[in-house]
Amino acid sequence: SAVLNVDLQTDAMLQVDISDALSERDKVKFTVHTKSTLPNFKQNEFSVVRQHEEFIWLHDSFVENEEYAGYIIPPAPPRPDFDASREKLQKLGEGEGSMTKEEFTKMKQELEAEYLAIFKKTVAMHEVFLCRVAAHPVLRKDLNFHVFLEYNQDLSVRGKNKKEKLEDFFKNVVKSADGVLVAGVKDVDDFFEHEKTFLLEYHNRVKDASAKSDRMIRSHKNAADDINRIASSLYTLGTQDSTDLCKFFLKVSELFEKTRKIEARIAADEDLKLADLLKYYLRESQAAKDLLYRRSRALVDYENANKALDKARAKNRDVLQAETSQQLCCHKFEKISESAKQELIDFKTRRVAAFRKNLVELAELELKHAKGNLQLLQGCLGILKGNT
Amino acid sequence: MSLCTELVLDITYHQVKAPLFLVAQDLTLFCICVNVQSQPASLAAEDISTNSNGPKQDSLFDDDPEDLFAEATEEVSLDSPERDVLLSDGPSPAITPITPPTSVITPRIVSCVFIEEEEGGDSFDIHISVSDPEKVGEYMTSMSLFKRSEFAVKRRFSDFLGLHSKLASKYLHIGYIVPPAPEKSIVGMTKVKVGKEDQSSNEFVEKRRSALERYLMRTVKHPILLKDPDVLQFLESSELPRAVSTQALSSAGLLRMVNKAADAVNKMTIKMNESDAWFEEKQQHFENLDVQLRKLHTSVESLVCHRKELSVNTAQFAKSAAMLGNSEDHTALSRALSQLAEVEEKIDQLHQDQANADFYLFSELLGDYVRLLTAVKGVFDHRMKTWQKWQDSQMLLQKKREAEAKLQFTNKPDKLQQAKDEIKELEGKVQQGERDFEQISKTIRKEVSRFEKERVKDFKTIIIKYLESLVQTQQQLIKYWEAFLPEAKAIS
Repeated sequence: SAVLNVDLQTDAMLQVDISDALSERDKVKFTVHTKSTLPNFKQNEFSVVRQHEEFIWLHDSFVENEEYAGYIIPPAPPRPDFDASREKLQKLGEGEGSMTKEEFTKMKQELEAEYLAIFKKTVAMHEVFLCRVAAHPVLRKDLNFHVFLEYNQDLSVRGKNKKEKLEDFFKNVVKSADGVLVAGVKDVDDFFEHEKTFLLEYHNRVKDASAKSDRMIRSHKNAADDINRIASSLYTLGTQDSTDLCKFFLKVSELFEKTRKIEARIAADEDLKLADLLKYYLRESQAAKDLLYRRSRALVDYENANKALDKARAKNRDVLQAETSQQLCCHKFEKISESAKQELIDFKTRRVAAFRKNLVELAELELKHAKGNLQLLQGCLGILKGNT
Repeated sequence: MSLCTELVLDITYHQVKAPLFLVAQDLTLFCICVNVQSQPASLAAEDISTNSNGPKQDSLFDDDPEDLFAEATEEVSLDSPERDVLLSDGPSPAITPITPPTSVITPRIVSCVFIEEEEGGDSFDIHISVSDPEKVGEYMTSMSLFKRSEFAVKRRFSDFLGLHSKLASKYLHIGYIVPPAPEKSIVGMTKVKVGKEDQSSNEFVEKRRSALERYLMRTVKHPILLKDPDVLQFLESSELPRAVSTQALSSAGLLRMVNKAADAVNKMTIKMNESDAWFEEKQQHFENLDVQLRKLHTSVESLVCHRKELSVNTAQFAKSAAMLGNSEDHTALSRALSQLAEVEEKIDQLHQDQANADFYLFSELLGDYVRLLTAVKGVFDHRMKTWQKWQDSQMLLQKKREAEAKLQFTNKPDKLQQAKDEIKELEGKVQQGERDFEQISKTIRKEVSRFEKERVKDFKTIIIKYLESLVQTQQQLIKYWEAFLPEAKAIS
């Protein structure tokens, strides 16, 4: 769903959403739809087609931009992953001979529904990224963002060449090494010291919770699949039996057909409200950590510049150069610190709001499904007991 | 005035610590408490009968069950009586001494049993409940319930197997569906012997105890088997002669072997001319049922497994959510996350309980019936063998008659007489063969009818119980999430 962003200063509106998506063999094509009154754009409403790599390009361009060092860069959406689903559909096709027509049709519908769910999720995650950018007072004005939204040709960013990939690799290695170094330095500013401690721990805990929630939901899906098979077997038993049991089995089979749909829905809802929430905050907390790292780097540069200035003054050589450098570092550090503080406060606000919304919705859905299940079970029991 | 008799059976589990050199032997004991009382018919109103669907008596059941226990009440006293029973042929009994273990725990309460009275004689509806298996302390006297008309016996797992093998050898070949005993499991048994007190060995013990309860229940529910002296001795004798040669195969294994042999025989012989379509129909029906039940059983076993996994994973998630809540620096959100962790922890226990219900109610029911069907198929095969035997006798008789006819024209009076004698003998055999075949056919019809009735009852009762367990789970879930919702809403 779209987010309406009104820039109070310039009174310009920017609304971005993914209006359509197409899943082809090994790629997904997103139709990015923009509505805006900003003067930069040629039209007020337009659409372009983008693929996942172009989102990554946009994200990376923010990360690499020194001007944005003081902001939490909205985390990049994860790559669309249909491999597992595709594999299952393939296996089903191969195993077609070993099951009845009804079973095959049922399983096929299941897997298609699963594929569709994954598809919807990936669309949502790409959309959330764009909306976060559009909501950010500074990032929404970014030129690359505008190009991304408007340029109706291929951005030709796919398939980074090998050299570029290696550069990325080394960048990350250096970053994490630095991260270790910087994490050890105690900050004079209480606010940032607290945030650092908090984020380091929080990020790890979210990572763990995310993994565990995935496993839990996976088991739930497996159980729902079993109930599906049980329903089918009971149906066959019901049609075959010559005793009183045939009606009994058919009734129970019908019950399990319905309850397993609910169980599958529970797993899907837990996935959406819990697992996705945790995954998202895993990425956002990483982005926040990156921000802290950049600030720490700026602080280190500033301290080094101070030392260099002292040295220069002592030797009375290149003093002006050292002064300029020191002033730049100071300015950069202060700028980052100022925006970082606001970003981190906003992060907390967003986080609390998102958790609240999702936890409430999760509880409401769990209740709804449990009540639904209960009603089905009690209804069936009433009939079965009445007949025996 | 007819009498109602009440029979109460209770099986508890004892484990005896053994010196190492005795480890190879099965020292696990099961205590069966039997309570036999006689009541006037007026008290029958208290019966909580499960057989409320019309007249139970099968018209084909001509045997009239006597009120066996009417006499038993007088005989039972505070001391354990030795009934005068006919012991089946077996190796000379050797009683193994048991070393008394160390701790003392008392068994749980017995649950009631009831007997119905019916036209034409009493029939016994016996319900056995098996109480919690526990490691037991002092041997014998402190454990047995020597109240009026009550007595207790201790039985090993191998005793149950021994009972089954005796019953199988006596009744299977004449068409009775003898319920198979539970399988042996070497791995599980070793763990228990070593005295491992972990969850998996406890689970194993419970599985076994539950299986033995169901086995014994099915056996004593059978009106013919209940009257068998071996069964009565099993229930009553304070000391059972120890089967020296414990079978290499479990009862199910034995049945499988018997059936394989039967199959081999069938493949070699001519197909039986089935004069009675009923048998062919029933065999096909059981064949189909077997296939479907196995399939269903597999799916239910898978569900049990996944439900247990779900329980474990939910517990892990709960811990993780608690940790997350601890590190969250927004107070209200932190509290809500801790509450979520608590809810998930309760839910994990719910999943564990449900997995047990999945197993003990649904899965074991199916497993039992898959094994029972093996016995059913066995009796049909025995019928075929009986027919084959009869046919073989007939063919032999035919040959001998032809030979005799030829001998008429030769001058060999001795040979002729011999031939006439042989023919007489064979005629007897043929008649016996025909009688046997008719008898086994008649028995199987009765047995199948009884079996199907039991099957319908079992499935209905147990599946309803299972659905009730599902209802309970949902009700609990609703409680937990209803408690959590306001906590989530309280985040500000």
